[in-house]
Amino acid sequence: MSVQAYFPGCSLESSSREFDKSTHLVCKALDIDLKELPDWSCCGAHAAHHTRHNLSTILSARNLSIATKEGYDSIMAPCPACYNRLKSAQIELAECDKKQAAAREDFNFQINPDLRVFSILEFLAGIDKAVLQAKVKKNLKELKVAAYYGCLLVRPPKLVNFDDPESPVTMDEILTAVGATVVPWDYKVQCCGASLSVSDPDIQAKLCADILEMAKLAGAQAIVVACPLCHANLDLKQGQINRRMSTHYDIPIFYLTQIIGLAWGFSPQELEIDKHMVDSMSLLTAVLK
Amino acid sequence: MKIGVFICYCGNNISATVDVEQVAKFALTLPDVVHSETIHHVCSEPGQNTIKQAIKNKGLDRIVIGACSPRIHEATFQRMVSAARLNKYMLEIANLREHCSWIHEDRSLATIKAIDLVNMAVCKVSRHKVLYPSQVEINPRTLVIGGGIAGIQAALDVAESGNEVVLVEREPSIGGNMARLDKVFPTLDCSGCILAPKMVDVANNKHISLHTYSEIEKVTGFVGNFKVTIRKKARLIDTAKCTGCGACTLKCPIKAPSEFNLGLDSRGAIYIPFPQAVPHIPVIDKTICPMVLKGKCGLCQKMCPTQAIDYKQEDTLIEESFGAIIVATGYELVDWKKLYGEYGHGRYPNVISSMQYERLLSASGPTGGHVILPSDFKKPHAEQREPKIIAFVACVGSRDEKVGRPYCSGVCCMYTAKYAMLTKEHIPAAEVYIFYMDLRAAGKSYEEFVRRAQEKYGARYIRGRVSKIYERNGRMVIMSADTLLGKQVQLEADLVVLAAGVASSSGANQLAQKLNISHDQYGFFIESHPKLRPVEASTAGIFICGACQGPKDIPLSVAQASSAAAKVLGLISHEKLETSPLVAEVNINRCIGCFRCLEVCPFTAIEKQEMRGGAWVARVNPALCQGCGLCNATCLPGAISLNGFTDDQILSEVEAICLVNPEL
Repeated sequence: MSVQAYFPGCSLESSSREFDKSTHLVCKALDIDLKELPDWSCCGAHAAHHTRHNLSTILSARNLSIATKEGYDSIMAPCPACYNRLKSAQIELAECDKKQAAAREDFNFQINPDLRVFSILEFLAGIDKAVLQAKVKKNLKELKVAAYYGCLLVRPPKLVNFDDPESPVTMDEILTAVGATVVPWDYKVQCCGASLSVSDPDIQAKLCADILEMAKLAGAQAIVVACPLCHANLDLKQGQINRRMSTHYDIPIFYLTQIIGLAWGFSPQELEIDKHMVDSMSLLTAVLK
Repeated sequence: MKIGVFICYCGNNISATVDVEQVAKFALTLPDVVHSETIHHVCSEPGQNTIKQAIKNKGLDRIVIGACSPRIHEATFQRMVSAARLNKYMLEIANLREHCSWIHEDRSLATIKAIDLVNMAVCKVSRHKVLYPSQVEINPRTLVIGGGIAGIQAALDVAESGNEVVLVEREPSIGGNMARLDKVFPTLDCSGCILAPKMVDVANNKHISLHTYSEIEKVTGFVGNFKVTIRKKARLIDTAKCTGCGACTLKCPIKAPSEFNLGLDSRGAIYIPFPQAVPHIPVIDKTICPMVLKGKCGLCQKMCPTQAIDYKQEDTLIEESFGAIIVATGYELVDWKKLYGEYGHGRYPNVISSMQYERLLSASGPTGGHVILPSDFKKPHAEQREPKIIAFVACVGSRDEKVGRPYCSGVCCMYTAKYAMLTKEHIPAAEVYIFYMDLRAAGKSYEEFVRRAQEKYGARYIRGRVSKIYERNGRMVIMSADTLLGKQVQLEADLVVLAAGVASSSGANQLAQKLNISHDQYGFFIESHPKLRPVEASTAGIFICGACQGPKDIPLSVAQASSAAAKVLGLISHEKLETSPLVAEVNINRCIGCFRCLEVCPFTAIEKQEMRGGAWVARVNPALCQGCGLCNATCLPGAISLNGFTDDQILSEVEAICLVNPEL
């Protein structure tokens, strides 16, 4: 069993517990022991980087420093916001001697410059497709899904340097490997509105309605995401979107790890699929048989 | 020894930052300097006369001029010195402008530096020796590489003088990109009608030998005496027997995307690239011909009435000699499919490149000049639709740092305006939208042309870079900003035409290496001086014209081609050429025959020479040597010295600055 440092971040402990649970199950099945970073703190997203840029950098630097002290050579953060903050801080410190010195002297942070930061997508993309395929126990061929990447998993390209920033394919490939039917579509990286769902819900509703509509037109029965905020905007707020836009979408939103877990034989309950706001169970009952 | 020093004010270019009077005064204190003065403009006629007078009156035998970079006026000043009956190599220029006044602000420090530079020049010039250029014969034949409009124009202009020209084209026909165009701005005359006669002129001109489907294999030699190996690729056609009837192309069972029509239709394994091709001779694509691959088929051979098909034909290498070379290798479109995921990576049939649209408009194109949606090509004729709304997107692969193409294509503002007009003429009811960043229409009659597209043809211009193009219910949706309204816009269109940017021709870098000329990071060849030597490459005797030097439209390409031809004619009008004596020389008494110099020489100017007694030493071919000094620096026993830059001269300069500035 190999060990992988794990940074859950706030969302995976709260609103997207099912992402955390399914990630653990999938990694366990891959014989990977996820070790939560001891005494981890906020990654510096949202409130922090709106307050002061340096604050968000220092918060992430603290987590990177813990990983370094624990002797890890990589760290996996399923939430794309955490992923983005950790990576940004790492590059910012590597590129700016002054900031690096401040982090070292003011806070006693030691950061391994070669420490790799993974998103769950990048992490799974590094695993041989044959391995993913070999674990399949349930046939998901009847399940037609659209892979939705959102903004931060493949962007900004200079920072993440992973997949095509405008037309990514890695999630499609993983889903295909575990047997789901992936529909081609054009809204893979369109904005979900992110935190505008709080400050300007009208814009967020319009953006998410476009995504739901395009997935429907493409023939998808469900959308697969790998981001707690995308999930919240598309799943939690789908009812609100319908009310605002006078639409009737009823499209389940899954986490990537939940679909992999399903294919590998975990039950929807184990994967906490029943925690979704949009009913996902009836679709699964229909297609899994 | 009598040294004269002349310090130039250069208007206030030098004098504003350097106290030129103080520099001149200082120079008088240097050994052997018998005359020193300042001049407002050394390069002007009165300035030059002042120096000539001083040479005559004071019997000066060595001259130092403190002025601008020798790259600018060295030749002028050498002529002046010669006119005063002094050997022109008894001159040294101290660069007080580019190396001093232009790059410094502190006047007193800049003046000290200028004094140093003049001191160095005086020390060096005192060690100059009289040198004489040697002469080589010039071969009056010219090689033109590339048979697009620039190469064609250059070849015809040089041939006009009665001198021989060899035109080498990589593709099976000459004509280049211009042959693909329908009508051309700003007069909307038919591209074929103005190009085809020129193509025929090339074929019929008795002074031009045409090698199509041929590439440059190797280039050696130097200005006036290049030796070039040309690879004539096997067409598998005996060109002497072929009448160009085209019967062979009728029965070919193989289909491949047509290069000429950019994949909009297909061609056989044996094909004539386009109806007006010159020469009008087919070529067999060896990568797909079943006869070549498996020895089965042979249909074209059966069809040929003159037995011109020869499946066994092989590439031939020919060696030719030239005095001058004109490079006109043109451009390619930026490969937008690789770069723009947001435009679908080429997934959608109704998102096409500008050159493909050019072929849709052309009467000789795959649709016979009917603008039809590419998605309907395979449908029965009655079901084929014309687009009603067409969007043109400018700057795709131009002015875009994100995809590594920060430069302007120089043509897409103009040709999108042209498309607006031509589209309205083909489909009067069509709505035409042009997404643009800025309108750049700086050529003669260009602004008027764009205005006409807007005012007379009703093209709707939307200022903004398109962020995404996708398909929705069978139509293309374009998402963009309208930066004039400050709003987001979405447009549903039937057809989207991307104005793809201009990239250098593939293989340009390799050709530059063979020719030993420089190119920039995008593969465009670099001229010797951006203003004053616009068509001369970095190697003497090689000239560049057209889009291989940078994105360009037809009028500019043709103008440059004629300019390159004029430069060539100037060169080959001389029977002999003076070569610079500033070349390396080997002291054979010190040479140990290690030949490190031979390895480092980028110009293959060093040869092995056997001495009596069997020892081998190095010899420099002065005609090939460019005086770069690599061999000089590499030579362990110090047997090689570079005329004009001997160790003694350079060390004297070093000594000069160390002495004046003791705190260094």
